[in-house]
Amino acid sequence: MQSNTAVTVSTLSVKDLPWQILWSKDKCTLCGRCTAVCPVHAIELGVFRKRRVRASLNFSEPPGNAFDIYHGIRQRTDPAYACIGCAMCNMVCPNTAITPCRSDEADKLRYHIDRGGQPRRRGGRRNVAGGVLDRIKFIRISMLTDPALDAGRHEFELRTLLGRVLPPEENLKFLSENGWIPPVREIYPLIIGSMSFGALSPTMWEGLQLGVTYLNEELKMPVRICTGEGGCPPRLLRSRFLKYVILQIASGYFGWDEIIHALPEMKEDPCAIEIKYGQGAKPGDGGLLMWYKVNKLIAAIRGVPEGVSLPSPPTHQTQYSIEESVAKMIQSMYMAWGFRVPVYPKISGSSTALAVLNNLTRNPFAAGLAIDGEDGGTGAAYNVSMNHMGHPIASNIRDCYLNLVKLGDQNEIPLFAGGGVGKSGNLAANAAALIMLGASGVQIGKYIMQAAAGCLGSETDRCNVCNIGLCPKGITSQDPRLYRRLDVDDVAQRVVDVYLSFDTELKKIVAPLGRSTSLPIGMSDALGIDDRAAADRLSIQYVV
Amino acid sequence: MCRLFAITSEEPLSPMLAIDALDVMREGHDGSGVGLFLRDLGGPFDHMKEAPILSGIFTDEGIKRLDDFMMNIGFLTKFRMSIRVPKTPPPGVPKRDVYLIRAYDYPEAWEQLANEEKYARLLILRLELRKMGEENGDMIVFSFWPDVIMIKEIGDPYRVAQHLGLDREDLGARVIMAQGRQNTNYAINLYACHPFFIEGFATMTNGENTAFIPIKEYLMSRGFHGYIGYNSDSEVFTHILHYMKKKLDLGLETYKHIITPLQEDDLESHPNADFLRHLKRTCRRLIIDGPNCVIGSLPDHSLFMVQDRKKLRPGVVGGRPGMYAFSSEICGLDAAIPDRDKSQDFQPMHLDTAIVRPDRQEVHTCSQTQPLPYLRSA
Repeated sequence: MQSNTAVTVSTLSVKDLPWQILWSKDKCTLCGRCTAVCPVHAIELGVFRKRRVRASLNFSEPPGNAFDIYHGIRQRTDPAYACIGCAMCNMVCPNTAITPCRSDEADKLRYHIDRGGQPRRRGGRRNVAGGVLDRIKFIRISMLTDPALDAGRHEFELRTLLGRVLPPEENLKFLSENGWIPPVREIYPLIIGSMSFGALSPTMWEGLQLGVTYLNEELKMPVRICTGEGGCPPRLLRSRFLKYVILQIASGYFGWDEIIHALPEMKEDPCAIEIKYGQGAKPGDGGLLMWYKVNKLIAAIRGVPEGVSLPSPPTHQTQYSIEESVAKMIQSMYMAWGFRVPVYPKISGSSTALAVLNNLTRNPFAAGLAIDGEDGGTGAAYNVSMNHMGHPIASNIRDCYLNLVKLGDQNEIPLFAGGGVGKSGNLAANAAALIMLGASGVQIGKYIMQAAAGCLGSETDRCNVCNIGLCPKGITSQDPRLYRRLDVDDVAQRVVDVYLSFDTELKKIVAPLGRSTSLPIGMSDALGIDDRAAADRLSIQYVV
Repeated sequence: MCRLFAITSEEPLSPMLAIDALDVMREGHDGSGVGLFLRDLGGPFDHMKEAPILSGIFTDEGIKRLDDFMMNIGFLTKFRMSIRVPKTPPPGVPKRDVYLIRAYDYPEAWEQLANEEKYARLLILRLELRKMGEENGDMIVFSFWPDVIMIKEIGDPYRVAQHLGLDREDLGARVIMAQGRQNTNYAINLYACHPFFIEGFATMTNGENTAFIPIKEYLMSRGFHGYIGYNSDSEVFTHILHYMKKKLDLGLETYKHIITPLQEDDLESHPNADFLRHLKRTCRRLIIDGPNCVIGSLPDHSLFMVQDRKKLRPGVVGGRPGMYAFSSEICGLDAAIPDRDKSQDFQPMHLDTAIVRPDRQEVHTCSQTQPLPYLRSA
């Protein structure tokens, strides 16, 4: 604190902040890289005046003061500039002279971060570590009737279906009578979930698309990626690679002018259309792209003016209810592509998910249901929405699956689960658990950002500035100075790495269970958990 | 691993032939149980092909309840094969009151009914008897169907067969399936013993069906009253076969395409690719995950064998025109039909279905990569 600073009610010390910068005067070369890289300007060059008292033992010399100065790093304590713990300063420091450290107690910043009456908004995640998915074990190892399968040598069919599958009797009847059979895609069960062009930087988006394309074209893995709400670059819309893309339409309809106009020129149909009704990170809240990120390119693709915030409404304004909305939008979308493209809704995890599902079972066009649990991430949301709103994915997906089993529709409406899959790094284990609870596939967002692009976010409120375009890795920024840090090919390479290692791990899970001929959807007898209540709730085994 | 043996012959054979074959393969089963399925019967049953035969195990009390129940509906006993057992069963075999094999005359009121309707009612009656038996623990009912006898019991197959006197001259069949049980993951329950039977379709399996729970849930949600039980993970093989033939009206060549469909690379070059893709998707919940060897019998007296997708179980078929056998091991086949051309023995691999048609003249094999002979009968 400077000596002339007033102490007010909102004056904070470094100790009051969530992150404290530790800086070593001995190691610092004063190169200035840390202050230059800090996305929130939490540190600045400090000029420190230091008094030294000189008292000689020789009485003939009078005691006196000597004043020196030295240069170093000063951490700012204004809430607007509080350190976010991203540790980019540490990453760029040639001598590792600086690092942020988590405060040893709850910060005081949280009580003062609503200046001007604006509650905290941020990007990122829920900031709660662990979860039920990490505690589920795979217990049904085939030991009696050996041989168990060999994950390294046997063939595996790890694919799933996206689309409305008719009951066998109807399907075969329509096939012989040339009737209409809903389109179904055979895809890889790990989908890159909806992250919009706008929320993500151009380099990140391109890297993901490139990686997905490589997986499809070179490695024959039918991986799909969803656009999120923000349209799709015109060249991609007109390219043959569109078939790897799920186009999302949400309540703001951003980018759909461009998509509709591209329809006559499309060489391929998109994989599917996802209608977003909700998002796990901020249920009941619409998408939000803050003005910082709406540059000329984004504005052009979305069909909006530059530099304005783009809040999508929480609801689809043209409909009164989700039943009507689902019915009308699904049919309109089917019609747009001549009934050749599956259309499915995505909702946030909720205790009302069953009601939505029941509506879908009666809608012959509904191609699936994606459910995004409370641990889902977002580019921008109110802190309170992220931390306190939503439903865990595990019990939500299980309830929905068992409901389908009761109706006999378990093969007809595929469920896709998202929200915190792999949030502790256990991607394959989490995905396999959800599949065995009844999901046909899983969607990931944060995981691919962390693994493919080095997102710094963690479950301890680190970084989380995706919303204001200051992503220090250039993943969620529209500022060329930032997103140039991200190399497109490197991202693509990492996407491929992630999928290949996921594939191996998934085989290492299903092979000992004796499964290889089909994805073990709903194989709940393989699951166990060391919590009686959770076991009962999920109808799986309790093991200790 | 359980051992399987099945035989089809122009002339009726004693079930002891199958029991002997199982005994040769005794290293592979632990003598914890035996199941027998006899069809196309000889002896006294040869002259009553249409009469439904009830097979099961009853207590004295259970027999009384059965008689009351059947009398009330109007079923009259046409013929009863008495199995008299010694008072003391051999070690490992439980003491039972009555092993029942009884042919009935249909009630008068049923005479005008079409066969389909009669058969549907027979299934309902069998399920009702099973339910009654489970309530009181006094009846175990294996089958109630024309020209079919089933016997299941806990214990070593050979000892059980001797105990029941199955070497009697008046007991013979042209189609026999037998399983020697290796007790593994389920408690010994006769309803968990192979072969399984529903509306004229029977299969037996060895190995473990790891996709059991999703398949069971799917079958149970088909809304068909016969899809119940599932004391064994192998019962679903019988029900999938029944579902394929009765509900989807598909030929036996498609069974393998349902339980272990081709992967996309093979489908691409298949002449029936479009049909098979649809079949694979729409029947996805019926895909099995072995290791399994399945031997089955159809109402037309065909006998077949298929393997899991990776062919993780042994199985061989061989014989001569007029008599062919399916066996887990070649030694079983050797014991039953030693005088055959062994060079013609066939071991079905991961894509094959081996079928001996009702004429019993040859082993017909089809591979999943071959064109389907016909798509649908309609």
